[in-house]
Amino acid sequence: MEQIMEQMPVVLHSLNIGFIQTLKLFFVTLIGAFPLGLLMSIGSTSRIKPLSWFIKLLIWIIRGTPLMIQLLIIYYFPGLVLHNPIWGGGETGRFLAASFSFILNYSCYFSEIYRGGIQGVPVGQEEAGLVLGMTKTQIFFKIKLLQVIKRIVPPMSNEIITLVKDTSLARIIALQEIIWAGQAFMKGSQGISGAIWPLFFTAVYYLIFNGILTLLLGRLEKKLDYFR
Amino acid sequence: MAILEVEHICKSFNRTEILKDISFSLEKGQVLSIIGSSGSGKTTLLRCLNFLEQPDRGVIRVGGETLFDSEDSSTQKESAIRKKRLHFGMVFQSFNLFPQYTALENVMLARELLAREQKDYKNRKKDIQEEIRIQAEGLLEQMGLSNRKENYPHQLSGGQCQRVAIARALALSPDILCFDEPTSALDPELTGEVLKVIKELADKKTTMLIVTHEMAFARDVANQVIFMDDGSILEQGDPIQVFQHPREERTKQFLSRYTQ
Repeated sequence: MEQIMEQMPVVLHSLNIGFIQTLKLFFVTLIGAFPLGLLMSIGSTSRIKPLSWFIKLLIWIIRGTPLMIQLLIIYYFPGLVLHNPIWGGGETGRFLAASFSFILNYSCYFSEIYRGGIQGVPVGQEEAGLVLGMTKTQIFFKIKLLQVIKRIVPPMSNEIITLVKDTSLARIIALQEIIWAGQAFMKGSQGISGAIWPLFFTAVYYLIFNGILTLLLGRLEKKLDYFR
Repeated sequence: MAILEVEHICKSFNRTEILKDISFSLEKGQVLSIIGSSGSGKTTLLRCLNFLEQPDRGVIRVGGETLFDSEDSSTQKESAIRKKRLHFGMVFQSFNLFPQYTALENVMLARELLAREQKDYKNRKKDIQEEIRIQAEGLLEQMGLSNRKENYPHQLSGGQCQRVAIARALALSPDILCFDEPTSALDPELTGEVLKVIKELADKKTTMLIVTHEMAFARDVANQVIFMDDGSILEQGDPIQVFQHPREERTKQFLSRYTQ
């Protein structure tokens, strides 16, 4: 115990740096996947058949395979197979590849949530808007959007909390996120080696961050409770 | 002159004929009730008038202006349809109120959005909004809902919702107000309050087209009754004639189920 208290400052410092990388991946994924998912949901319900087939195929592949495999393929395939390492080297390259993989993966899940949310708004809402002389754009922004948001908040909350934990998969391509930072103390880093507790301790970070997110998302859900 | 003229409207879905050559006209200030069994095409007819469906054939004229002519593609432009819809108001069976807006906001929304297209909107924004609010409050008062204007639809009974929906349709001052079975989703007690406001509108000479299964109401409120069966108008005339002296065997058969 005494030893742990001694190691604590060094470990926390390292874990904090790792967690910042975790947060960066988390937010970049959200910022990318929110709009891309919406575009994909529009594409997958499009009347242009080749487009909707292509997107459905993509969603099937991405949802049907592990994110870890996707990370490995996206990161290593260009360099090792095509001999064209598009991601570049070092941590920046790993972060770019990880961001790309996560955005792609989460866009597919989000697009299905959006699709459900949009299709869940009764047709009567659109028809009521039409007979009142509204344009399609007005109907979407003034009538449907808030109803869609209300519908998608609970499933989105689930995905967002899963995403927090999924960022740890980026460890597989050695992205220096918090798991990587914790593991470093097993092999030896900054004078500490063979210590497994830093790795276990990373769980506290996830737990606290997810606790905050749960509170915020719960509050948003409450805010939209004023209508049914 | 008739405010609404409908000529030879035909409409099919997947080769099933829903409307077969429907023609009728309606005078300004009059009420036309359309009765008939489910699936006879009543709702589809209303949806055609409101441009929610496009007829395969036929002509629709309002106040002498041709809104739709299947022979004339210049009357079918997507961009013009939005304005044409404003000739008609529509009250749906399932109310279709906007759940995130209060009763008052439901009534005001469409007019506010339309007002933004006016040239002087920016300069007169406050006045215009005030005007719209006063009109909406007046309409809700007329519907007996003055004390309900700040409520959201889920806080209202079905009958109150439908009255808000009527106020919402009236806010745009349509030439013809259409009702698609306005009381079919209501229990008998709530039906009465909705029928009462429709009756009041009729007394004020509001031009209305009412699809209904309330036979007594259709008889009392209408100047003209149409009985539809299997996509065609089988019988048409003043209420006394249609309800008391129906010519067609099918009409008698249909009405007898309601008078038993």
